Amino acid sequence: MAELSAQASQTATEVRSRTLSEGLFGWLLVGPAMLFIAVIVAWPLAETIRLSFMEAGLGGEKFVGLENYQDLADSRKFHQTIVRTFYWMFLSVSLKLLLGLIGAVLLNAAIPGRALFRVLVMPPWVIPIAIGCIGWLWLYNGYFGVLSGVLMKLGIIDGPFEFLAYKTSAFYSAIVTDVWVGTPMVTLFFLAAMQGVSRDLYEAAWVDGAGRWYRFRRITIPQIMPVIVSMALLSAIWTFNSFEIIWILTEGGPRSATTTLIVDTYKVAIGNYKFGEGAARAVIIVFLLAVFSLIYLFFLNKINKRYGVK
Amino acid sequence: MMDRYTKLQMIGIYAALAVFLTFILLPFFEMFMASLRPLEHLFRSPYQFWSDDFSFQAYKDMWVTVPLLGRYIFNSIFIASAVTSITMVFVVPAAYAYARLDFPFKSMSLAIFLGVNMFTGAVLLIPLYRVLRTMGLLNTYWAMIVPGVAFLIPTGIWLLRSYLEKIPRELEEAAFVDGASRIYTLRRVVLPLAVPGLIVVGVAVFIGAYAQQFLFAITFNQTRELQPLPAGLYEFIGYQSVTWNEMMAAALVGVLPVMVIFLFLQKYLVAGLTAGAVKE
Repeated sequence: MAELSAQASQTATEVRSRTLSEGLFGWLLVGPAMLFIAVIVAWPLAETIRLSFMEAGLGGEKFVGLENYQDLADSRKFHQTIVRTFYWMFLSVSLKLLLGLIGAVLLNAAIPGRALFRVLVMPPWVIPIAIGCIGWLWLYNGYFGVLSGVLMKLGIIDGPFEFLAYKTSAFYSAIVTDVWVGTPMVTLFFLAAMQGVSRDLYEAAWVDGAGRWYRFRRITIPQIMPVIVSMALLSAIWTFNSFEIIWILTEGGPRSATTTLIVDTYKVAIGNYKFGEGAARAVIIVFLLAVFSLIYLFFLNKINKRYGVK
Repeated sequence: MMDRYTKLQMIGIYAALAVFLTFILLPFFEMFMASLRPLEHLFRSPYQFWSDDFSFQAYKDMWVTVPLLGRYIFNSIFIASAVTSITMVFVVPAAYAYARLDFPFKSMSLAIFLGVNMFTGAVLLIPLYRVLRTMGLLNTYWAMIVPGVAFLIPTGIWLLRSYLEKIPRELEEAAFVDGASRIYTLRRVVLPLAVPGLIVVGVAVFIGAYAQQFLFAITFNQTRELQPLPAGLYEFIGYQSVTWNEMMAAALVGVLPVMVIFLFLQKYLVAGLTAGAVKE
């Protein structure tokens, strides 16, 4: 310690020049994490791109150029999968944002018991998705699930209804489960953003005689707009990538009704050992995700400018 | 005042909350009810909401029917804990560097980390499978830990960075002036101050690690003794005679550890996770 105090008179800059240079030290700290990502994510990604030009399976690899992509471009089934994926994403994200907004408003209301209600919203977010899906699997069952049971008691259906057995009902059932998984997080982020809005704004508006709806529309929404946009993109990415929910509920069926791009990729690559064709699909997914992100950054920039957020 | 509601509005809010929470909690309620029903009554038609022979028998029997159940739960917690510890070892120095230091390619490398967040393991499974095979990690705990760490590092860096940025710089400057080295400052000045943030990020990573095990487990691990709970339960769905009531009981018991952790820490966790969403 004597040595430390002896140097106390030196300025911080002098000390810095003595020690490791900042640039080197920075990379020393970031390096290990970067290396890990490089081996486990970047390298496999590069491999995926390479494989997408190959005919690859358990037997070996053969260069086929753009054939895998050409096959996808010609496949009507693949076109349907893309359309289905976007419909899946659009519907699910819209519902998550809408429910999240409603939930956040309700949980933000100054009512007795709200601390408890806020905790009760979180479980779907905390537990493993796979386990939540087991609960939904049961709910959707025609013979012993409560949904079919209630509908029968109400006389809406005469016999057991298997929600996951028909194309349309399976698709919308999977959406409901996906919304269930995603809504709590969206709700909590909206709630946090709402709590961050200055009370002065509301009070000023209230003094001027603005009603609740007006205050919500003209103060709350613009103030939390950046968070809404962030959540929209994050939810879009997660919903697009949503695999476990569909896989556990339906494995992409019945007759491909719930096969989104990610499920299709998994089925082709892992299920049928067509590594090259799977890789081409994976590359398309990565490309689409990159496009989303660019669109997102563009909008975020615009919105931040418009609402004067840092 | 401004926040006062009329009686009608109060009723409306509570009614809407009831609907909202019913949607959120319905699967848990249904799982619990199913776990109480004796197996022969599960398939009884027409559907019954209540019967007199509800019991907790399934919570006893499940340990016999699924001898590995305890092992699955242990594996889940073990894998999540290992992922969390290893992730934090990588995240803490990197987050500090992004919060405080200036170095070449700083914003570009940060963008690369965040780009990883866009992917899911599902896209990279085949090459990842080969990498793990080359390293000889297939069918070991590592097969589930290593990819888990890679996909949680970016989130960890992002969360911890915003926390570290809030710690006053002056304290570090003071240590510097006193001649302390960079590493010494990081270890003795910054880390102790960052403990609450480390806990938040650690718990967030743990929950992520606990939630994401399924895909890596069913793809990279064939050894039953090493399966985490979600994958272990999934195996039983395909069987001819699924003891559903026991499976529901097992699922509920299996999420109990993480729910307990969460209940204790939820206040800090939510505040920490959403900090980035709130303007200062």
